[in-house]
Amino acid sequence: MAVLELHGLRKEFAGQTILHGLDLRLDDGEMLVIVGASGCGKSTLLRLIAGLELPSGGQIMLDGAQITERDPAARDIAMVFQNYALYPHMSVFQNMAYGLKLRHQSKEEINRRVTEAAELLGITPLLARKPRELSGGQRQRVAMGRAIVREPKLFLFDEPLSNLDARLRVQMRGEIRRLQQRLGITSLYVTHDQVEAMTMADRLIVMHQGVAAQIATPMEVFARPANIYVAGFIGAPSMNFCTGRLVGAGDEAALGFGAQVRLPGRFISASGNVTIGVRPEHLMLDPAGSPMTIDLIEPLGSECLVHGKLADDTAITMRLPGDRPAHDHLTISLPPSHLHVFDTESGVRLEAIS
Amino acid sequence: MRRRPDYLAHVILLFGVLIFIFPIWLMFAGATQDAGAINRGDISLLPRLSHLGVFMRALTYNGGVKGGVPVWHMLLISLAMALAIAAGKIVISLLSAFAVSFFRFPFRQVAFWIIFITLMLPVEVRIIPTYSVMASLHLVNSFTGLTMPLIASATATLLFRQVFVAVPDELVEAAKMDGAGPMRFLVDILIPVTSANLAALFVILFVYGWNQYLWPLLVATDPRYQTVILGIVQMIGVDQLIQWNMVMATTCLAILPPVLVVVLMQRWFVKGLAETDK
Repeated sequence: MAVLELHGLRKEFAGQTILHGLDLRLDDGEMLVIVGASGCGKSTLLRLIAGLELPSGGQIMLDGAQITERDPAARDIAMVFQNYALYPHMSVFQNMAYGLKLRHQSKEEINRRVTEAAELLGITPLLARKPRELSGGQRQRVAMGRAIVREPKLFLFDEPLSNLDARLRVQMRGEIRRLQQRLGITSLYVTHDQVEAMTMADRLIVMHQGVAAQIATPMEVFARPANIYVAGFIGAPSMNFCTGRLVGAGDEAALGFGAQVRLPGRFISASGNVTIGVRPEHLMLDPAGSPMTIDLIEPLGSECLVHGKLADDTAITMRLPGDRPAHDHLTISLPPSHLHVFDTESGVRLEAIS
Repeated sequence: MRRRPDYLAHVILLFGVLIFIFPIWLMFAGATQDAGAINRGDISLLPRLSHLGVFMRALTYNGGVKGGVPVWHMLLISLAMALAIAAGKIVISLLSAFAVSFFRFPFRQVAFWIIFITLMLPVEVRIIPTYSVMASLHLVNSFTGLTMPLIASATATLLFRQVFVAVPDELVEAAKMDGAGPMRFLVDILIPVTSANLAALFVILFVYGWNQYLWPLLVATDPRYQTVILGIVQMIGVDQLIQWNMVMATTCLAILPPVLVVVLMQRWFVKGLAETDK
């Protein structure tokens, strides 16, 4: 049960800034997922909180206590590693008990906690085995167990599912989430997989080049991405973007491929240049719309992904229900209510003025 | 498809085995002959089984020298020296490799390279200064003087460093999160995880220590510190008729401990050299 606060957390390494002053508050029992492409600083952030690296500036507070420079073992934080990092020469029981043993817990207490955690994770029959005799999913559970027995204030997950095959990943995803909710332990979960991020998070941080591009609930991030990067990163296939200029009273935009679209309100941009974003599932077939040349169709069963180009060579992807289209040309239009408007220069999302 | 046994390969292997086994067999057979027969040169390849008692007698043989110590004593000295060298080298190089692989401290690279450079200075090269240092420390003819200069070892340090570098970072970090300090980590995690390599190194170092000749020859002039290797050489150098059967028997006894160590630790040894899966 704990609240984690980060104040202006910064990390530089060899003259390069990896993390630019991050402020964040994690509420008690909350599952916060950090998502971003590799090299965005998400793992660094986790390692700073774990104490495996020291920040160049800023503070880390856990339950009001300053832990910025405290030793990893003294932070009351447990971490689940990507490669599980189980001790190969110890049995499952010993792996889980090791941290408790070093904390001088009594034998009975260690036994009780390990047995309980093993019960919870369904690994009781495996307690006597060595890690090399376990499957990937079982190792993952043991790694979780090792974190749980510590009864820490905070869980850190460093891409814990990335070494599992796709089916197991979906299953473990649900298990971790259920377990975390049941134990009510504040958690920070790093992943590069946006589905994992969307499904598991209470709140999401999208990291980009060492900056939190957006911190919000998954649905909020999806529905109202804060900038072009977030809009393109979250959602599969990615959002389509077309550049254009605001015209009229700012409630219409003239787009590069020749169409003029209505916007969901009035917008103001300093330069007048805007980027219009629209998700593949929101594009509409419209006989009176703009022409699109198809260059690839990916049938997915119940729907097709249609990739193509607009008149000005803007790449565009459309999600079409049903069978593949018969022609290599489509005419499409952009529905005003589903358009996202960004300032082209700064990339920031623009809101309609009332 | 059935694999045809490769007869040629087996013949070559067998031939190789014969070449290697012959001197040892000759040694064993020779030990059971008369001293005179070997001196005359008509050594038989058939051991005389009735003379196997020679090995027991060899244990108490003093090399035919006045004031010489019995062979069993030499064997004990050799064993103690080999064990001390192997254990000492392992402890020292384990700790130094641990330091250069897991800690960031000023001049770490310099320290590593200085250790590395000592590879170019084996005992044979620095034997006179080493002797002079031992002499001024009054360590000539002492067990410390016999073993200590042979203990500092860059080879083992390098080997351990390579092994340690291969230990995944996450394992180190997991131990840190679990609350293990550096020495805890070394004892609880690192040594067990690398135990196969440790065993392999122990075998190599034991044989290395057992076979030392030049340094003991210089520093252990007192018969009380005579190793079996020196003892054998001395037996051949006597003025009177050389007791070849005793020499051969002693040689047989002298190769037993290293062979035993290799055989007993073979499983670990092979695992340590072959294992790449960490």
